[in-house]
Amino acid sequence: MQDFRLALAQIRPALGNLEHNLALHLDNIERAATGGADVVVFPEQSLTGYFLSDLVPDVALPRDDARLDSLREASRKIDVVFGFVEETSDHRFLPAAAYLHRGEFVHVHHKVYLVTYGLFDEARDLAGGGAVRAFNTPFGRQAMLICEDLWHPTTAGIVAADGADVILGLSSSPGRGVAGGTHELGSAETWRAINRLYASLHVCYVVHCNRVGFEDGVNFWGGSEVVGPDGEVLARAPDFEEALVFATLADAPLRRQRTRLPLRRDENVTLNGREFARIAAQRHWLDAG
Amino acid sequence: MRPSGIGWMPAELNLRRRARRELDLDPRLTRRVLEAFIRDEIEKFGIQRAVVALSGGIDSAVSCALAARAFGPERVLAVLMPYRTSNPASRGDAETLVDQLGIPSRLIEISATVDGLLGELDDDPGPLRRGNIMARARMIALYDQSEAFGGLVVGTSNKTELLLGYGTQFGDMASAVNPIGDLYKTQVRALAAALDIPSAIREKAPSADLWVGQSDEDELGFDYETADQLLFLLIDEMYAPADLIADGFDPDLVHDLQRRVVRSQFKRRLPLIAKLSNRTIDRDFRYPRDWGR
Repeated sequence: MQDFRLALAQIRPALGNLEHNLALHLDNIERAATGGADVVVFPEQSLTGYFLSDLVPDVALPRDDARLDSLREASRKIDVVFGFVEETSDHRFLPAAAYLHRGEFVHVHHKVYLVTYGLFDEARDLAGGGAVRAFNTPFGRQAMLICEDLWHPTTAGIVAADGADVILGLSSSPGRGVAGGTHELGSAETWRAINRLYASLHVCYVVHCNRVGFEDGVNFWGGSEVVGPDGEVLARAPDFEEALVFATLADAPLRRQRTRLPLRRDENVTLNGREFARIAAQRHWLDAG
Repeated sequence: MRPSGIGWMPAELNLRRRARRELDLDPRLTRRVLEAFIRDEIEKFGIQRAVVALSGGIDSAVSCALAARAFGPERVLAVLMPYRTSNPASRGDAETLVDQLGIPSRLIEISATVDGLLGELDDDPGPLRRGNIMARARMIALYDQSEAFGGLVVGTSNKTELLLGYGTQFGDMASAVNPIGDLYKTQVRALAAALDIPSAIREKAPSADLWVGQSDEDELGFDYETADQLLFLLIDEMYAPADLIADGFDPDLVHDLQRRVVRSQFKRRLPLIAKLSNRTIDRDFRYPRDWGR
């Protein structure tokens, strides 16, 4: 993997306000570039805000929409990873993460696990994606996953098996859990465990970019971080505050850790595929009752 | 006896202990979230000021202190609204807090308003109706001060009273933003200590002070600590009433709380709208309040 410098843009988007959020992106991209970043990563739905409900059709964009031109233009300077709601030609709305390089979409990931329980109601307004893929970038093989995707350990397993050296996680994670004898938010504690676990067990970099601010009383806690392949936190943004944080992702630690702990080499993809296919076939009958 | 995650022990100790542990608040973290909440959710509307009805009790003291820290003391107005039968000590406690926080305050007696309305009635309204009239008279004065001071109303209802329906709809339950509505009464107490709320306010028996000698716990028939534990287990942890009874909680109390929560659900929702069109407000016309902000 080519060594590179990454910036985490922990922003506070306005809910359903594309114009405001575009300006926020351009400002952060500019500052990330000035800070020497090769890639800047934004949170989930960074362009639209999160709890959209009926605002979804107002802010959803096809990827060739002219309103994205300024972002594409900005990506001629550094690569830009951002979140939006993509409208397909048949008018479905999908939560999306895009990787822009030199004005082009290198890859778009659609959130595969929509979250529809507790305080979440995504499946009412949005459609889910159907693929989990790693892709090549000038800075190694990477993969994007969106928030709830990462609460299903299989997605990280798939992109690791697909060769991702860097897993980019884009989140709008609500902060909750201020009691129970802990001194950090319950949701933050879980995310930090997830990031460290995936980085360590898949022996790759995990980049988690979470937003801050409030929407209708719900806080987003930030705490964006980059975790190295040995589980060490390389950079972390403060909780609750807007920030732009930099980290260098180098190949040498990947090589060293994969030599010490060749989990990735030994992963039996054939076995996984066979067993999942068997289970899926059986589940088909189980689900049908 | 039944197995639990922490070894074998008398079952009734487990859930109570669990509730106590899980209700144990981190005040520093909570303050950070709540001060940011007040600032963020009010500033979005182009406003940097707040008004709080300060009764002398612990809930309004905590909301007021959080608002004063969120905006700075000069931007928060405390509104004291005693009725002639209100405990004079309540006003004294409220004034002590006003001095401590260094915030502006406004005293508005509601006796003439309330007595004027009561004088128009041709029956004896009894304590409940009188209490509701007082709470709603305060709401009128408070919302007027909101306009006059140019600040939004910061609410003072805690999660325990909201769940029990122990408040007056469109009265003390009315606010623009409520920082303490997801904190149980005992958690508000823990937060009050961290906010240096005067001990006179923290240590007195909770009272709506709607009539002389009123006490929340006497009127409700249970203490807040037990109620909080039960509500936490029922609501937050989603235990069934049978689980709690099996664990040694008083069955009558469990059922009483459960009934209160169900019965008061209407108070926690907007008025029902008869559905006629394809897009009815709040039913299928669903936009966030922070629309575009």
